[in-house]
Amino acid sequence: MTEHTVKAYDEELKDLRAIVSRMGGLAEDQLVGAIEGLNEFDVTKARHILDSDKQLDRLEIEAEKAAIVVFARRAPVADDLREVVSSLKMTGLIERMGDYAKNISKRTLAISEMGPVALPPVLDQMARDARKMIQDVMDAYVHRDPDLAMEVWERDEALDNLHNSAYRYILARMMETPEKVGVLTHFLMIAKNLERIGDQATNVAEQVFYTIKGIMLEEARRPKHDLTSTELVTDE
Amino acid sequence: MSDNTKEIKPTDWHSPEMNARIKRRYRKEKWFRSLGFTAVILAAMFLVTLIGKIAGDGLYGFVQTSIDLDIPFEESILGNPRELSKAEFEENVRRANMLRIIDAALRDHFPDVKSRRDRRDLLRMVSTGARGQIRDMVLADPSLVGTTQRVSLLASDDIDQLRKGRIDATEPEANRKVKDKELAWYQKLEEEGRVSLNFHTVFLTSGDSRDPELAGIWGATVGSALTLLVTLLIAFPIGVLAAIYLEEFAPKNRLTDLIEVNINNLAAVPSIVFGLLGLAVFLGVMHLPRSAPLVGGLTLALMTLPTIIIASRASIKAVPPSIRDAARGLGASPMQVVFHHVVPLAMPGILTGTIIGMAQALGETAPLLMIGMVAFIVDIPGSVTDAATALPVQIFLWADSPERAFVEKTSAAILVLLTFLIAMNGLAIWLRQKFERHW
Amino acid sequence: MYKMASELETMTETRKAKMMAKDVHVFYDTNHAVKGISLELHQDEVTALIGPSGCGKSTFLRCLNRMNDTVASCRVEGEITLDGENIYAPSIDVVQLRARVGMVFQKPNPFPKSIYDNVAYGPRIHGLAQSRTDLDEIVSTALEKAGLWNEVKDRLESPGTALSGGQQQRLCIARAIAVNPEVILMDEPCSALDPIATAKVEALIDELKGRYAIAIVTHSMQQAARVSQKTAFFHMGDLVEIGDTTEIFTSPKQERTRDYITGRFG
Repeated sequence: MTEHTVKAYDEELKDLRAIVSRMGGLAEDQLVGAIEGLNEFDVTKARHILDSDKQLDRLEIEAEKAAIVVFARRAPVADDLREVVSSLKMTGLIERMGDYAKNISKRTLAISEMGPVALPPVLDQMARDARKMIQDVMDAYVHRDPDLAMEVWERDEALDNLHNSAYRYILARMMETPEKVGVLTHFLMIAKNLERIGDQATNVAEQVFYTIKGIMLEEARRPKHDLTSTELVTDE
Repeated sequence: MSDNTKEIKPTDWHSPEMNARIKRRYRKEKWFRSLGFTAVILAAMFLVTLIGKIAGDGLYGFVQTSIDLDIPFEESILGNPRELSKAEFEENVRRANMLRIIDAALRDHFPDVKSRRDRRDLLRMVSTGARGQIRDMVLADPSLVGTTQRVSLLASDDIDQLRKGRIDATEPEANRKVKDKELAWYQKLEEEGRVSLNFHTVFLTSGDSRDPELAGIWGATVGSALTLLVTLLIAFPIGVLAAIYLEEFAPKNRLTDLIEVNINNLAAVPSIVFGLLGLAVFLGVMHLPRSAPLVGGLTLALMTLPTIIIASRASIKAVPPSIRDAARGLGASPMQVVFHHVVPLAMPGILTGTIIGMAQALGETAPLLMIGMVAFIVDIPGSVTDAATALPVQIFLWADSPERAFVEKTSAAILVLLTFLIAMNGLAIWLRQKFERHW
Repeated sequence: MYKMASELETMTETRKAKMMAKDVHVFYDTNHAVKGISLELHQDEVTALIGPSGCGKSTFLRCLNRMNDTVASCRVEGEITLDGENIYAPSIDVVQLRARVGMVFQKPNPFPKSIYDNVAYGPRIHGLAQSRTDLDEIVSTALEKAGLWNEVKDRLESPGTALSGGQQQRLCIARAIAVNPEVILMDEPCSALDPIATAKVEALIDELKGRYAIAIVTHSMQQAARVSQKTAFFHMGDLVEIGDTTEIFTSPKQERTRDYITGRFG
């Protein structure tokens, strides 16, 4: 794409994009760290994740300021406008992703006091998938790839399915080993957090798509396969 | 519900009243246009008639009749160039009485003319200038002495008018300038093919003369040129610099307003007043030579100065202030702003105004009459202090002369003057085009 | 360019001002056009003067290079200094001042001369070049800095007035730069230009600010937002507010300022 005649404008947009990319990378790192901490029941790692979340918050404020400067100074239009508006929304979404990773670490701290329990493999799978979604959507953002964004957006269905299985599995385990219900409840919440991370990544994919293409992926087309709020567990 | 809002009725653009208005408007426009057209045609007709009349008369002023005679270059009268020294020969030729040679030629040609009076009348058919013609021929080519050559001699003004058809042969003899016997001699010469009408370069190269066939406008032309030169050299620098000062440097106060009003008024003063001023000051107080182009030039300069100042001021005012601002913004001093930028841009207007002023001065007669450039001057003036006359004055003098032949000379001189005026105006236009710089 | 908040806090700069105005008043006969303005112009910085028509911003700008001297009815009070020297002191040569403080006008006004002669005029009258090669150097450098060199290098002898509006304005900027000024004043330089030419001139101003202190009067607030680091809002002869441009356009301190830039005026 051709550059703006006034180079300072391009510089300002570049700075904004840099902050968003950094946030995406940081959120991914947070998720990886949180799951590792969970897997290894490593309290130090979990606490570290809690601290690093502040960095993400600070970056979000920085991004907001940068975006406002571009609005005030350049009065952007067309794709410049979409880019800046999307950046604002994306940083909010990414910051929320970081918060969910933080929550996972919080629960890790809680679990660590209850003694070791094997992490359901489905959770591990969910974490890997969620991480891949973050990676790919940030890739799509950096390389301006609408097809990749669309692909990530469609993966939410798979993650929702995984969440459903995790839900059923953990509920089954709860019925089998009621003495572990504390830990298993945390696992349930962690599964929820991972599913929410996937949802945010899908929202980010929507913003990326909108920035590049100028049209929204309508809410109607969004696959909602999460049945946990309506699932009834019967004694079978 | 009370209806207190005024409704504007939509205009009916196709009503009969509207159509009538339109028709009336078209009619008025047509009428105005045809009026303008008629005015232009009328003006053109006047111009064509005027120029045509002048040209009709004047073109004849450029041609002159000559009579071919067999001239014996008699040694007894002219001397023998082989025996005498060059100086003595030339002296002899200058003192020789050429009339005897011409007389001899005429007598040979008209053997029946016997009486003294008749021979005198016959001689008078040839111009007095013919003597000079023969003299110049002999001096140029002394080998002519002893031979007889057929020479084309200038005819007298009466014969010239006869040849040009201005003398009515049907009138009673007492009322004519050319008598019957002269008519007969003329007809004989004409039948022999010895009468010719040629282009008369003398008109353009020699000064004034009592004889119309010898009169020329070169003296007046040089006089006018010298006068205008003086006028230009004085009025142009003073006028342009004054305009620059008044427009760019003078403070804007009551005094400068007063000066401006007075300059505008001076432009409207009748030119004869300047002549009186010139008479009183240049001749009376300063005792400059009367009738000289110097005095004429000074007087006309005073007259042209207001024109040049006004035209220059208008040109300078027309230079856009943005150019001045740009120059000043770069750190140009006031003098640099004026002379590097304003004056070059104002130059076309200044030059046009100057040349128009000069063209006006060329045609001025009254002030020159007052300072004496009205005398009969034969010699071509050599410097600005020699006595001279000017073209319009020359025309005025010739118009006053009794000889019939001077009528065409006057018209011819008018044509020359008009040519100069057109040339000067053409120069003004060309200069303006050349120096026009677009901003 | 946006800097991290933390970086800004560590930048403690007390730069000396290039030009300072202290309590400047300007009168046209009895009309008090500019009322007690104090502001500073710094090198490396573009200061925008904004405000509605007739607020005195152009009048104030023209005081900075004493162009108001040519207006008979104009009277200036207060102090204006360039590098500490009062420019209205009798010892100051106005002509030299105007070479050090250059000006670009609203309507492009190239001289009716060739492009070369336009740019060379200033250096010629101030004796800045010793030889023809020196002059060539000055002209080509100025045209390059003004971003015009590539467009005109093959036709330096063609008239300056034959260029397009935007090119003419850049020629005027090159002309002003050629005399090596320290401050450049611009009086609505883009108001006669189309958007593309405007963008080119704004990009140029961005590049020039590194070398000169620039003050620009503009009717367009958006232009002030794009181009300047400091913005001063003038209203009816007063300096209502002056501050960092981003501040002014995101959170102005004065109500009058906010009303003007949001279009709530009148």
